[in-house]
Amino acid sequence: MLTRGLRKVVRPLVTSVPRSDKFHPSTQSEFINELHMIDPMEIERLPVYRVMDRSGKILRENQDPKFTKDQAIKMYKAMIKTNEFDRVMYDAQRQGRVSFYMTNYGEEAAQIGSIAALNPDDLVYAQYREAGVIFYRGFTYQQACDQCYGNVDDKGSGRQMPVHYGSRELDYVTISSPLTTQLPQAAGSAFALRRAGEKRVVMCYFGEGSASEGDAHAAFNFAATLNCPVIFFCRNNGFAISTPVEDQYTGDGIASRAPGYGMMTIRVDGNDLMAVFNATVKAREIALSENRPILIEAITYRQGHHSTSDDSSRYRSIDEVNMWQKTDHPISRFRQYMMAQGWWSMEEDAALQKSLKKDVLTALVTAEKKKKPSIDSMFEDVYDVPTPELERQKAELMEHLKQYGKHYNLDQYSQ
Amino acid sequence: MIGVTRKTARALLSRGVNATAGSTRTHMHFKFQPDDAPAELGATEKTNMCNAIKSAIDIQLARDESTIIFGEDVKFGGVFRCTDGLMDKYGSDRVFNTPLCEQGIAGFGIGAAVAGACTIAEIQFADYIFPAFDQIVNEAAKYRYRSGNEFDCGKLTIRSPCSAVGHGAHYHSQSPEAYFAHTPGLKVCVPRSPIQAKGLLLSAFEDDNPCIVFEPKILYRAAEEQVPVGHYKIPLGKADILREGTDMTMLSWGTQVHVAREVAGIVEEELGISIEVIDLVSIAPWDRETVCNSVSKTGRCIITHEAPITCGFGAELQATITSDCFFDLEAPPARVCGLDTPFPHVHEPFYMPTKWKLIQAVKATMDA
Repeated sequence: MLTRGLRKVVRPLVTSVPRSDKFHPSTQSEFINELHMIDPMEIERLPVYRVMDRSGKILRENQDPKFTKDQAIKMYKAMIKTNEFDRVMYDAQRQGRVSFYMTNYGEEAAQIGSIAALNPDDLVYAQYREAGVIFYRGFTYQQACDQCYGNVDDKGSGRQMPVHYGSRELDYVTISSPLTTQLPQAAGSAFALRRAGEKRVVMCYFGEGSASEGDAHAAFNFAATLNCPVIFFCRNNGFAISTPVEDQYTGDGIASRAPGYGMMTIRVDGNDLMAVFNATVKAREIALSENRPILIEAITYRQGHHSTSDDSSRYRSIDEVNMWQKTDHPISRFRQYMMAQGWWSMEEDAALQKSLKKDVLTALVTAEKKKKPSIDSMFEDVYDVPTPELERQKAELMEHLKQYGKHYNLDQYSQ
Repeated sequence: MIGVTRKTARALLSRGVNATAGSTRTHMHFKFQPDDAPAELGATEKTNMCNAIKSAIDIQLARDESTIIFGEDVKFGGVFRCTDGLMDKYGSDRVFNTPLCEQGIAGFGIGAAVAGACTIAEIQFADYIFPAFDQIVNEAAKYRYRSGNEFDCGKLTIRSPCSAVGHGAHYHSQSPEAYFAHTPGLKVCVPRSPIQAKGLLLSAFEDDNPCIVFEPKILYRAAEEQVPVGHYKIPLGKADILREGTDMTMLSWGTQVHVAREVAGIVEEELGISIEVIDLVSIAPWDRETVCNSVSKTGRCIITHEAPITCGFGAELQATITSDCFFDLEAPPARVCGLDTPFPHVHEPFYMPTKWKLIQAVKATMDA
């Protein structure tokens, strides 16, 4: 990764030392005879790929993904769908109706632009701030609310906190709270899918903070050495809870790490739906045709708090958030493009928001009324079949409840 | 993690085997007792535990095309040669090296299993499994439960050499089964012999839950018996009564089973004490019924394992036996285990739960 400037310094100093491949079997490097420590500042920072400017105007015609009106509207609606859900559910948590929630504010294009570029059966692993991805795939408001309430209809059987979505039908692996654990798993799944002859890529979302965990290093190295068709998609949104990027790393972001693993990489404007889309289309093509991993780093901004347990005004100024909201919001950038094409209007926008809000509220109220999964379901799925010990513990609990049941809210649970 | 070459690994094992007069050589603390293979399992061949394991892996690779096995140095045959020749037979897309990274091995293994491959992940030494602890405990164990059975990694088996080898010290001798037994969702077992190792692995490969098989490495060469050549399974979750007795139950697993068997022979001959020897086989889930029925019958119990005594799996057994069998007990259940020190080097003979410590404990329990 030498810059042109450095090459000028190096070349004249190379003397005619015979190269011995046996002695250095793992490197194709030249020998030099001047001592020089490479400072990372000598290496060019990776540029950010962008298709639209901040007002939704395409900067180079040959980069236009040429969406049809239907495609554009589908993606736009998915962004609004996510946004409306966030607004209602955040408030629902504040009112005590839901225990916890995480919004996706500001990252809608990074989510939708990428998932829209994949096939419906490409396998997705995610972190927690990718609700737009599963909504785009077809997850309904009802399913999402059912999960947040952990009721009888929750696909996850009421086992995890809100926003831990998953759906086998939609090829979206259930979220888990430990960060980064999904990265090496994504590499493993890609390996298995490749061996099985399936033309499916694995898409793996994670944040820039998550990229600091050892599992990220493990995943990148495994994916590259083992020829895994996986796209590692990093949402660099500037924060890991309160930790800004300057406390997270000192190198050139996440994308620059990829070449160190022998992996292809691109940095994109994460708030530019078209750039995200184009990069993901290309990444999928390369991953599947060459059986290799690609890293995409989407530069975006977390416009909301980390979660309902966080108040981000404690560590960043409201002015900063407002600045991003006003000047670089992924939804408004794409909307401006669509309106310039005559495909959308502010009236349709207002109507859509209103109708979606109503849909969320309906789903929420419906979810709220449903019972929780039965108490004995707690003992299922620990193993494929409960062990004798689990059967014993279940029987003991049921006995206990016969006597002390009035101290528990039994009627909240289905029989 | 420190890499161990094949030469070093062989040295690790062979030094334990030579029970010669060399004063600085350690001798083995046990004598392997072979079992007879069940007749219904068909033709047998004299096989050591390493080759029995290899046979299990070979059979699985042959019968299930999705099967892959990987880990550090697996491609050339493994530092203990458990995968010797398998890459030539099945190709390097199925038998392969990973980078040196246990968290990666575990995470990658989980993902492959999630995507439907029969996945065998080798952790070179159980002492090095800890970087993989998060993936195993927080991910593999909880995969089915947390997803409401939308997803699971039941096709994952992790296998890892464990336990004392004579001079392995802190980082080539550990028996970490207790850490994993404490995690709902995992299955953990420890074979005592070649027949057991092959049958348990073949069960684990087909079991729809993530399984960990800890293989006592000293048995790789030291344990040899007539092993059925074909496919067979030994069920997970069932304990094995190896010797019937009336005065006391002695409960163990892995290499220590052979120490227990030897002690049972000695005390019967010299003291007329009749000991029922049980190999627990499965740590999670464990066979409470077989164990407690035995202790209720005999009225006395000694639990013995190599791992340090405090919070070793013996603690769980002792607690459960005491509460389940309390009114049938003639003496307090006892434990004879490794000491609460890191596994020492030169002091290994004193750290271990030796047959002399066991004999002493048998006498004390009978006199109680």
